[in-house]
Amino acid sequence: MMGLLDYFKQKKPSSSASLARERLQILVAHDRVGRDAPSYLPQLQRDILKVLRKYVRVDAGAINVNVEHDDDREILELNIVLPESRSNPG
Amino acid sequence: MARIIVVTSGKGGVGKTTTAAALAMGLAERGLRSVVIDFDVGLRNLDLIMGCERRVVYDFVNVIQGEAKLNQALIKDKRNDNLFILPASQTRDKEALSKAGVGAVLDALSEEFEYIVCDSPAGIEVGATMAMYYADDAFVVTNPEVSSVRDSDRMIGILSSKSRRAEQGLEPIREFLLLTRYAPERVKRGEMLSVEDVQDILSLDLIGVIPESQAVLNASNSGIPVIMDTRSSAGQAYSDVVARYLGEPIPHRFLDVHKKGLFGRLFGG
Repeated sequence: MMGLLDYFKQKKPSSSASLARERLQILVAHDRVGRDAPSYLPQLQRDILKVLRKYVRVDAGAINVNVEHDDDREILELNIVLPESRSNPG
Repeated sequence: MARIIVVTSGKGGVGKTTTAAALAMGLAERGLRSVVIDFDVGLRNLDLIMGCERRVVYDFVNVIQGEAKLNQALIKDKRNDNLFILPASQTRDKEALSKAGVGAVLDALSEEFEYIVCDSPAGIEVGATMAMYYADDAFVVTNPEVSSVRDSDRMIGILSSKSRRAEQGLEPIREFLLLTRYAPERVKRGEMLSVEDVQDILSLDLIGVIPESQAVLNASNSGIPVIMDTRSSAGQAYSDVVARYLGEPIPHRFLDVHKKGLFGRLFGG
């Protein structure tokens, strides 16, 4: 009877492997970006944060600086997430 | 001119030394003059896996520092005339490996041998970077497990940026994925990353899959490279790896669970 149960269980695999795969895909992509990035990137990120904080209250995670390589060019991508404004309802 | 192979992984305990020993023995068994070098200075273990631990007199560091001649430090394998072992120092620290010193020893070995297998220590410190610096080919040993895969990816990055070939703008190191401790039944149950998963993530050429096997522990217990255990799945898988490395088109084995009949599936066993 155990064998029969096992048979039905196999139809729905407990997919910790697929979780591992997803986590790794994200992680490795992220690691590679960091690896290929120019060395000034972290400092650039801190400087931009400093300037931004003169005007808006943001935390360190709000800024994301990336360099992407294309065939014939490099693209510097800057993402800033602004906090939701409380003084401006609606 | 010898071909220099590094066996690397980043993470410890994934089977680098087992692989280096199997690879060197496999090449020697095919009549190719081979030497395997332990780069794990301070924690030597290759001598144990090769079963020559009681014959170590001088080591790699002694040779680099001019305290012994290369011929005095090389240990000839008792089972195969084509195979030699260069053990690591057990007492020195890894800083004793200099780029120039390692290069000089590899140059000297190149004159006598066809293949030089460098067994890298875990981690990304001097021993590991020296083991890969002069490599022509790299075996990236990986377990189907998240931390091992991540570390392998890190090593691939280092291979492509910090090796002699990268620095001198030469043809890049040929990198091969060797998946070890593979358990097809766990893959089937969705508990373990599959060969395809790991290949997708690392984008490397697959040179072989070594199944999880008790033969590996038995081999290390007795100081016999597992490739010599021709009855074991791991030994056979390593033989296939050597053949593939030498250009023979051998299909991959041990990737699937042995199929059970309907009766077996219904009633277990």
